[in-house]
Order: sequence, then structure tokens, then C-alpha cells
Amino acid sequence: MPEPRVPHSNLPPPTSTTGVVGWLRRSLFSSPLNAVLTLLAVYLLYVTLPPLLRWAFLDAAWSGEDREACRSGGACWVFIRVHLDQFLYGFYPDEQRWRVNAAVLLLILGAAPLFVRTVSSKFKVRLGLGLLIAYPLVAFVLLKGGMIGLPVVDTSQWGGLLLTLVIAGVGMTAALPLGVLLALGRRSRMPAIQTLCVTFIEFWRGVPLITVLFMSSVMLPLFLPAGMNFDKLLRALIGVTLFQGAYMAEVVRGGLQAIPKGQFEAAAALGLGYWKTMGLIVLPQALKLVIPGIVNTFIALFKDTSLVLIIGLFDLMNIVHNATTNPAWLGFSTEGYVFAATVYWLFCFSMSRYSQNLEKHLYTGHKR
Amino acid sequence: MTEPSVSPTVKPLSDQIMIRMEAIHKWYGAFHVLKDINLTVRKGERIVVCGPSGSGKSTTIRCINRLEEYQRGRIVVDGQELSNDVKQIERIRREVGMVFQHFNLFPHLTVLENCTLGPIWVRKLPRRQAEEIAMRYLERVRIPEQANKYPGQLSGGQQQRVAIARSLCMNPKIMLFDEPTSALDPEMIKEVLDTMVTLAEDGMTMICVTHEMGFAKTVAHRVIFMDGGEIIEEKPPEEFFTHPESERTKLFLSQILHH
Repeated sequence: MPEPRVPHSNLPPPTSTTGVVGWLRRSLFSSPLNAVLTLLAVYLLYVTLPPLLRWAFLDAAWSGEDREACRSGGACWVFIRVHLDQFLYGFYPDEQRWRVNAAVLLLILGAAPLFVRTVSSKFKVRLGLGLLIAYPLVAFVLLKGGMIGLPVVDTSQWGGLLLTLVIAGVGMTAALPLGVLLALGRRSRMPAIQTLCVTFIEFWRGVPLITVLFMSSVMLPLFLPAGMNFDKLLRALIGVTLFQGAYMAEVVRGGLQAIPKGQFEAAAALGLGYWKTMGLIVLPQALKLVIPGIVNTFIALFKDTSLVLIIGLFDLMNIVHNATTNPAWLGFSTEGYVFAATVYWLFCFSMSRYSQNLEKHLYTGHKR
Repeated sequence: MTEPSVSPTVKPLSDQIMIRMEAIHKWYGAFHVLKDINLTVRKGERIVVCGPSGSGKSTTIRCINRLEEYQRGRIVVDGQELSNDVKQIERIRREVGMVFQHFNLFPHLTVLENCTLGPIWVRKLPRRQAEEIAMRYLERVRIPEQANKYPGQLSGGQQQRVAIARSLCMNPKIMLFDEPTSALDPEMIKEVLDTMVTLAEDGMTMICVTHEMGFAKTVAHRVIFMDGGEIIEEKPPEEFFTHPESERTKLFLSQILHH
């Protein structure tokens, strides 16, 4: 008579594979080569990190009003503090700067519900579209003035982070729809539209942005009647939009190509026309697929705004550069560029994190 | 072979003609895929199309809602002739439901949204009403509890039933099935076939491309055998399976029935 089978009890895993020890073994010392690389990395950090921390924080000068405060040998953050308003607002008149703050505050308040998880997605779409249409107008009136009792602040006085955000914001919101239309056009069955879109995309992708900006400031006036002055900022905005729109088109086209033929057929079989098929079925899926590519282009666009210094606009980069050449503050360019880099990095990194979040949120399982 | 567990009650067919295909020819480049296809389908008639792969069966039914273009011949669906006019094609597509081999559900929409999309955007029904209709059909295909899930969370059989419900929500006059069970695991074929049988019982006009001969025997009024882009044989199922005329049909039946 066989003995009844006793089920094996659950044993804990060996201690060497779990906890801190297990993690160290798996991640840092899994092979002799990896062990050597780990030790090398630790040594490099030991050599570089302490001096960096000493320069940026321990020995740094934080308070004071002029360069006399910066004799400690560390970073001179006083230079940033003294110029901070200029870096943020450019040459925007002091007494009008509340308008910039108001515009930023309005955007933050308006867009806040978009980032709250509990808000229904239908409301988010409506709010988002509403903002997209209304906010640029409101912000333009606020910043430029000349209406509702606000004195005019010419765009040549806009600068610093404000200008960078204006160019990046307008560039992104205009380049994405332009890119979508160009991508659809490139895949159109109508030869005229297709040729037009291909030509447009290949032209703008083929020239450097610097060239575009140069041409817009040097060549454009030649074609305009004498005395007619075309706003410099507007020229930059158009240049950046058309340029990035071409890039965006190719990103979106990649997404469109990934949508299976069956999706178009199912939409057609229901009797949906071209625009409804695209708007309800194809684009939502295609755009979701290429979020990484879109954000990549957005990040590139954000950083490319610094090229407008070539046509004499004082964006964040240019105004920092300008401050470092101030005779009263010579010798502090490192601090200036570190500051500019940090600001750019913060914005770009936030965009990257947000896009990852969005991807996770929009994931609806494996597609068929 | 999977036999549906229910069989439809026999109703006399009306004389109203729902689909008329006249001398359809189609070429892919120089390749002649459809050769002189003539087919008349009456209201409430159920037709099964079978044949070896590449024989043009899918292409034939895809011509009816213009998912495929054809170079010669004419098709009249529910009294309206297919033309190159986009609006006319969309009008006809509204009346013709289609179920695909690979379901083709919209993965970014929930089951319910898949079902209400057509009624809301094509039929212009209010959302509330479209959702009521959708729930009614989801109940009929016996998956109302999945309404708020995404297609990716369902099994193949469930997805295909959603696809059937999605087509029915448009209240079509004709249903086309393009190998609806070919992509399914064996244990899921029956649930889809049963759904199709209930549809047949309600008198839906159906054309079904399938290799499910059990379904053909119990449901079809006529079985059509195609090979090489031609209709070779066209008979009621009892005759088709017992007295096939052409050698090609006999060969096909022997291959499909004895394995």
C-alpha cells in the first residue's frame, strides 16, 4: 500500500539571491568584468563628485550684491540672483512684469485639471481643445497689450525664459497639427496633395534651422515693400513651426504606417468617411504609438529655440550669454551656462517624464 | 468539424432581391482574380461560400461593400447601384455589416464604444440611444458584462462576438462574414457559430465565407463553391454535399471532410 503523497512545503529562496546582497550580486558583481567596471565607476565618482559638490554648493557664494561677494573660489550664484529677473523676463518693463506672471498663472490654473487623474477624459479633451484655442489669444493680449487699457509692450522687449517659452509653446502647438496634416497628405491617394506635401517636407527637412532663421531675417525683407516691417518674433515663430512641422510629419507618418489595414477596412465597413476614420480610429492609435517620437521632436524644438539668438532675439540662452559679457560681471560665464543648462534640462526632463506617464495611462492592452 | 447546437427554423424566402452581382471581373495587375461572377441574393437568404484558398471567395464578398474595386460588371445592393461616388459607397456600406477574420475591433476603444461608434457618427443617433442599442446586441451575443473592457482583454471568441454586435448595431440589412472562425481556437468556434445561427433565425440576409461545413449544412439555403476566381457550383446544401457535380468540388469536399 503506497503512502499518501505529502505536498512539498514552500521554502524561502536562498538568502544570497534576495535582499541587498542579492541585488548587489545581480546588478553590480555578476561577473569579473562587471565587478571591475563597478569598481572603476565608484573610483570615477570619488574623483569627480566631491570637487563638483564643493564648487557648486559648499564653497559657493549665495548672498551679496556684487562680484565682491564672490571670492570664495566656488560658484558665484550671486551673478544668477542679481540677473534672475532679466533671465526670466528679458527687457520686459519692470512695472508690466505682472502681466507675464498673470499669463503663466492662467496657464497653470487652466491646465491643472488635465493632470488630475480623477477628472473624466471627456472633460479633459474639451478643456484641452478650449485652452488650445483660447489661451494663445488671451496670452497674446496680456503680453503684447494695446487693448483693454494695457500699454503696448513691443515683442522686441520680450526676452529670457518668457521668449523661450513663447517660441517653444507656439512651435509645439502649431507644429503638431501641421505635422499631422502633412503626414496625412503624404499618404493621400490624390497625387497633387501628395506631391505638395512631399516637396514641403523634404524642403524643410533638408535645410538647417539656422539657415531658415537667417533667410527669414535677411531675405524676407528684400521681398517686402520698403518700410514694411515684419515682426522679428513672428518670423522666428513661422520658421520654427514650418521646420519642426516637417519633422513632426515624418514622426506621425511612422505611426500611421503601423496601423493595420484591417482598422481602415473595419471603419470603412461601418460607413465612416475619410476624416472620421482618421480622426476617430487611425490618428488616436497612431499618435499614441509615436508619443516617444513626438516628445523627442518637442524636446529638440525646445532646445532649438536657442538658435533665435542668430537673428538677435534675446531668448534665455542669449540673455544669459549677454549677461556674462557685462563688464561688471566678467568671468562668471560658467555659472551662467550651468544655470541655462539646468533650466533647459528641467523643462525637457519634465516633458520626457510626462510622456512616459501618458503612455502608461493610454495603454489599453495588446492590439489585434 | 463543429456543429452548431441550434438550427434555424425554415421560413419561406421573399422575392425581394438584396444583392445582384452581374458579370464581375477583377484583376490585380495582370492577374485575373474574379472571372465573370454572377450572384443574386434574396432577402433573408443565407449563402455559404467555400473553396480552396486563393479562389476569390473573400474578394467576391468584399466587392459587395466596395472594400475591393472591380474593373467590370455591376453590383446592385438593396436597390442602389455601386458607383465610384464616395457618398453612394458610404450609403451602401451603412446597410451592409461585415465581420472579419481577424475581428478588426478598435483596440483604443472599449467594447461599448466599439459598438456605439457607428450609430453615433454614421447614423447620428444620440449617445444614450446608441448605448441602449449596443447593450441590447451585446446581450444577444451574450457578453454584456464585458462592455467596459478593452478588446485586448477579451478572448478571440469574445472579440469576434463583439465584432458581430458592432455590425448589428448599425441595423444592417445584409451581413457579410469573411472567414469569421478561421482565426479562432477550436473551443471558441462554436460560440461564434451559435451567435451566427441565432442571427440566421431572425431572418438576416447573410453571405458567409467559411470552411465550417456543419454550419453550411444547418444554416445555408445555398452553398457556392469557388475555384480559380470562378463560381464552379451553386446548390442547396443537401444536394451540394451528397451529389457534387464537378470534379473540383468532389476533390475539395474529400479534402475538407476527411481529416
